Amino acid sequence: MLLKITNLHASIKGKEILKGINLVVNKGEVHAIMGPNGTGKSTLASVIAGRDVFDVTEGEVLYNAKNLLTLSVEERAREGIFLGFQYPVEIPGVSITNFMRTAVNEIRKYRGLDPMGAGEFLKMMEEKKKLVEITSNLTNRSVNEGFSGGEKKRNEIFQMAMLEPTLAILDETDSGLDIDALRVVANGVNKLRTSENGFVVITHYQRLLDYIIPDFVHVLFEGRIVKSGGKELAMELEEKGYDWIKQQL
Amino acid sequence: MEPMVLTPISKERLLDLYQENRSSLSADDSPAVRANREKALDSFRKLGFPDKKMEDWRNTDISKSLGLAYDYPLQPSEEDDMQKVFRCNIPHLDTAVIGQLNGWFVSKDVPLMELGNGIIIGSLAEAMKKYPHLVEPHLGNYTDVESNGFAALNTAFATDGTFIYIPDGVKSEKAVQLVNVIQHRENIFIQSRNLIILGKEAKLTVVHCDDSYDHQPSFSNIVTEIVVGEGAFLDHYKLQNLNNNSTLVSSTWFHLEREAKLESHYLSLNGALLRNNTYVRFNGSFGSANIYGLYLMDNRQHIDNYVAVDHASPDCISNELFKGILDEHATGVFNGHILVQRDAQRTNASQNNRNLLLTDTAKINSKPFLEIYNDDVKCSHGSTTGQLDETAMFYLRQRGIGEDNARMLLMFAFADEVVSKIAIEPLRYRIEDMVKKRLQGELQICEQCVLHCSTPEHPMEFKIDLSKI
Repeated sequence: MLLKITNLHASIKGKEILKGINLVVNKGEVHAIMGPNGTGKSTLASVIAGRDVFDVTEGEVLYNAKNLLTLSVEERAREGIFLGFQYPVEIPGVSITNFMRTAVNEIRKYRGLDPMGAGEFLKMMEEKKKLVEITSNLTNRSVNEGFSGGEKKRNEIFQMAMLEPTLAILDETDSGLDIDALRVVANGVNKLRTSENGFVVITHYQRLLDYIIPDFVHVLFEGRIVKSGGKELAMELEEKGYDWIKQQL
Repeated sequence: MEPMVLTPISKERLLDLYQENRSSLSADDSPAVRANREKALDSFRKLGFPDKKMEDWRNTDISKSLGLAYDYPLQPSEEDDMQKVFRCNIPHLDTAVIGQLNGWFVSKDVPLMELGNGIIIGSLAEAMKKYPHLVEPHLGNYTDVESNGFAALNTAFATDGTFIYIPDGVKSEKAVQLVNVIQHRENIFIQSRNLIILGKEAKLTVVHCDDSYDHQPSFSNIVTEIVVGEGAFLDHYKLQNLNNNSTLVSSTWFHLEREAKLESHYLSLNGALLRNNTYVRFNGSFGSANIYGLYLMDNRQHIDNYVAVDHASPDCISNELFKGILDEHATGVFNGHILVQRDAQRTNASQNNRNLLLTDTAKINSKPFLEIYNDDVKCSHGSTTGQLDETAMFYLRQRGIGEDNARMLLMFAFADEVVSKIAIEPLRYRIEDMVKKRLQGELQICEQCVLHCSTPEHPMEFKIDLSKI
């Protein structure tokens, strides 16, 4: 079992957003989390990643049987959790190369490995660039500075490829993407799927799930997972809309 | 000659000192320079030192700095050996280095370098004797001694400093690096005076460094007048890396003729109290000035940037960007005054001040002041003050980067907007390196000079020392 969330409650500034989430992700699985705006999808992603503006008031999150909630943001990342941001942050003056080199080496240090040499690192970067079909010198540019929406998301997938996470959470990676960029992003994810890692894909639309085939689909509504099913649930949602779920409640 | 002693620096003591030394101070003066001196002394008598009751000094208190006892050498000391200053250079940057020790021009064997293409670099005192026709029309002409007490005091007392002359049409390939090192066995009060003249269509890069050699307190009152001739281009850098006991009041007047172009960069890395007065006057139309500032202060350090841009002519462009990071109990002031005169149509002026406060105890006073007497202008100003962006911190840490390194990266990113304006690559690399060291708390006041020539060269890249975590 990779991730086990039990009765998770979380709030921000006293306002409860997550109201008892239960979710199990095993190695090799892809879970899609869908739901209307403002139901707590991004909050769930942030809480798993450890963002401290949210207070966990109740419940448990186990990751590889470790209590995740006692770890800092960076410790969770070093343990293999990756969050693909809905709105990646611009960092002027810091190149993607140096940013990634810092990240890779801090993670290696945490795992008791020596820092990666410059040659080896550049080779790895070239490989991963191919994987997400980056041909330009994007990696020499400052992190996300002046990037188009598509470039930013592609850069998130590139970073995911570089950091080789065990659990990747993609928070609306498909928003703002045209169909070509969507395909590239999805291909990147599919190439990175193994029997040893798991994905949680948060999305509004069924469209992304045409490319990334999920094993499970969950509907998040008002802070709870109200319905779970296989990939056909996504189709049903696309057809009937979220009102269909609301009526069932 | 033993230095005079000021206990403390006071108007009365300085006025007495002037009377006692009147003849020696003006020994080498031409009648015009002597007249300026007397006029400035009268002004200083009226003005004295600024205090917190004055609008432009409301948030900068110099009384503590003035209150110490200082040596005030009215002549350079005989034992000054500043060979080490000349060892300073920026790798891959062709520079002519001028050394000043405690404000005095040092290379006494060659007080004036006269280069083949007509460029003159050296001691201002010597230039006054040898080239009065070059010095006199400018010296004291741009400085406002009527309202600036420090400028009045400097004009009354200063007898030497640096002189640079670039003739019409000469584009200096070499950058001139002016290194002022402060080193004295006691606290020291310093007043020096610089004059830089660029003729028509001339070009020059000046890197002006103020640096401490040890931890002894000092108080410097430096005045620099710079004339940028018609169509000339000046790329100007001020690097300040003084010890935590030093006060610097540095006033620079830029006089821009028609179509003159100025790029000025103020990089304040360390010092107890730094006050930069920057005055830019567009004396002819189609001039442009970009004035950038970066200040990184911590401890109980204080920085005050006062920038006054006088759009006295039409069709000129000015642009100010000052950014600062204040940590611990550091305090800062930004005072930006843009004056657009009646006839300055089609003026384009912008001003921006952004600050990062890392603690609740750090403080900034940012005050833009636009004075516009013309309706055909484009003026903008902005000021923001905030903390490190929480979302950005989360982003970096989510990639496995520890909190300290994440803070460092974001601070560097914040500073980079100013550093990236440095056009000369080797200089930009050097300054990037200094900024990184400063942010990591590793920048020392130098063993050699501000440009850390003693540290081995290495390829510049953003690399965090993991052992520091």
